Amino acid sequence: MTTDALIDIKGVTHAYQTAEGPLPVLDNLNVSVNEGGFAAVVGPSGCGKSTLTRLIAGLMKPDTGEVWLHGARVKSPRSTVGMAFQNPVLLEWRSILKNVMLPLEIVPTKLTNTQKEDRARELLSLVGLEGFEDKRPSELSGGMRQRASLCRSLVHKPEVLILDEPFGALDAFTREDLWQTMHALRAEEPFTGVLITHDLRESIFLADQVLVLSGRPATTQYVMDIPTDAPRTLDDLYTPEAAERLNVLRHQIEIAQGRASDEGEAA
Amino acid sequence: MVRKFAVPFIAVLVFLGVWEALVWINEWPNFVMASPSDLPAAYSKYWNLFLIMGWQTLWRTVVGLLLAVVFGVALGMIMGFSRTMRDALYPLLVGFNAIPKATVVPIVALLFVGAHDLNTVLIAFMISFFPIAVSVSIGLSTLEPEYRDILRSLGASQATIFWKIALPKTLPEFFGALKVAVTLAFIGTNLMEIVSPHGRGLGALFDSGKTNADYPLMFAVLIALAFLGIVLYYVVVALEKVFAGWAERQPT
Ligand SMILES: Nc1ncnc2c1ncn2[C@@H]1O[C@H](COP(=O)(O)OP(=O)(O)O)[C@@H](O)[C@H]1O
Ligand SMILES: [Mg+2]
Repeated sequence: MTTDALIDIKGVTHAYQTAEGPLPVLDNLNVSVNEGGFAAVVGPSGCGKSTLTRLIAGLMKPDTGEVWLHGARVKSPRSTVGMAFQNPVLLEWRSILKNVMLPLEIVPTKLTNTQKEDRARELLSLVGLEGFEDKRPSELSGGMRQRASLCRSLVHKPEVLILDEPFGALDAFTREDLWQTMHALRAEEPFTGVLITHDLRESIFLADQVLVLSGRPATTQYVMDIPTDAPRTLDDLYTPEAAERLNVLRHQIEIAQGRASDEGEAA
Repeated sequence: MVRKFAVPFIAVLVFLGVWEALVWINEWPNFVMASPSDLPAAYSKYWNLFLIMGWQTLWRTVVGLLLAVVFGVALGMIMGFSRTMRDALYPLLVGFNAIPKATVVPIVALLFVGAHDLNTVLIAFMISFFPIAVSVSIGLSTLEPEYRDILRSLGASQATIFWKIALPKTLPEFFGALKVAVTLAFIGTNLMEIVSPHGRGLGALFDSGKTNADYPLMFAVLIALAFLGIVLYYVVVALEKVFAGWAERQPT
């Protein structure tokens, strides 16, 4: 039963029960991400991307199909997962440092209090928030809050990092800064990532695999592998190769939205 | 610091001055309106009554308020965590709150004849739990799901989520409601003491002023009530500073 996929989603189908009857959201979805891999998931809004993250995190159970993390079937939340959302959801009554340390108060750990604090400080300086440890979240800019939120999602060294449009609310320049921060974090912290995004440039800059989901109910419509040979720079986004990738993805999104036929599909 | 204490103090002096002037200019006799200069006499004559009755009013208000906090928070939690319970209880709660409490006073007085302390505490409680229940339920039900998910995805229990996130996040709303509730509880206590006189509390002292046509006494009671009300209110404000001070906007 063992595969080398750290995240393995097998034939997952899910519907929400609403007042108007069941709303099918995911339809026989298959996703697998290798250990250390970083998958970006794009798709029309409302197609079921956040639902997918909640299934991976074990916050919900799928109607049918299976979610496996590191060879174990996911049936409930597990402390080996870290999450960050578009809303940084920092706790206003805690300092930035204490916010980052929050998961260490929940997950079982052998760390002493000093070690916990050191770990949080180390991450904060990695994302450029050194000197802001004692500030309140409201004293930071949106981009800084999102950096703190990333630190919190990684502080307990999760195997799997789930990011649901974490940069969606940031301005373009701040967003590009955070992309670089993500690369810096990946170089230092071992994790397997799933990134939900609606920014195609973000997906090809950060991920080594881009999945396009179809419109609701979502199924895997298209998968693009992006070779990870050399460290990426923002300049790589302006090469002919990148333009070609973006073109293909854009076309796939149009198909997913039902705005184009899939005659020209290259998969 | 000077500003914080001097300004309100001066405001009180101005208020008393205007009051005295009005009575003096209009040449109102005492049975129309007593003036501040009549009050010291009333206080010095009945100071022991003011202390005893003031204490009775105070403790019954505080006990009623504490009951309201316990019951209101529990009810708010039930309505905050369960949509069904919210839909079921909300109309009942609004209806109950709409009943003028003056009409409940005789009912309660008949229900527990002779149990004056209980009656008074009960009215103070009934009149003041509503804003607490509503604010806690709104605070909990409007908690963004991501806040919950951050902890739930780590395997935290509902209790942990409540203590670490839901409760502290609701505190500013809770204290906002408590400031309203403390005044309401105070009104409740006095309502019982005046409408259903049983010789206890400042309300009863007010009533005896009325029956004896001792108008300066009635006004002295009003001022004493105002003073107690202010003290209670600022105790809540002080608690709010300690427990929810983070919600205050920093002046920049
Ligand atoms: N708890 C829920 N109950 C009912 N419907 C839901 C619930 N959560 C999401 N939905 C619906 O399911 C669909 C997919 O939601 P979501 O996974 O959040 O989409 P995405 O993140 O791709 O925008 C949407 O149409 C949304 O309205
Ligand atoms: Mg979403």
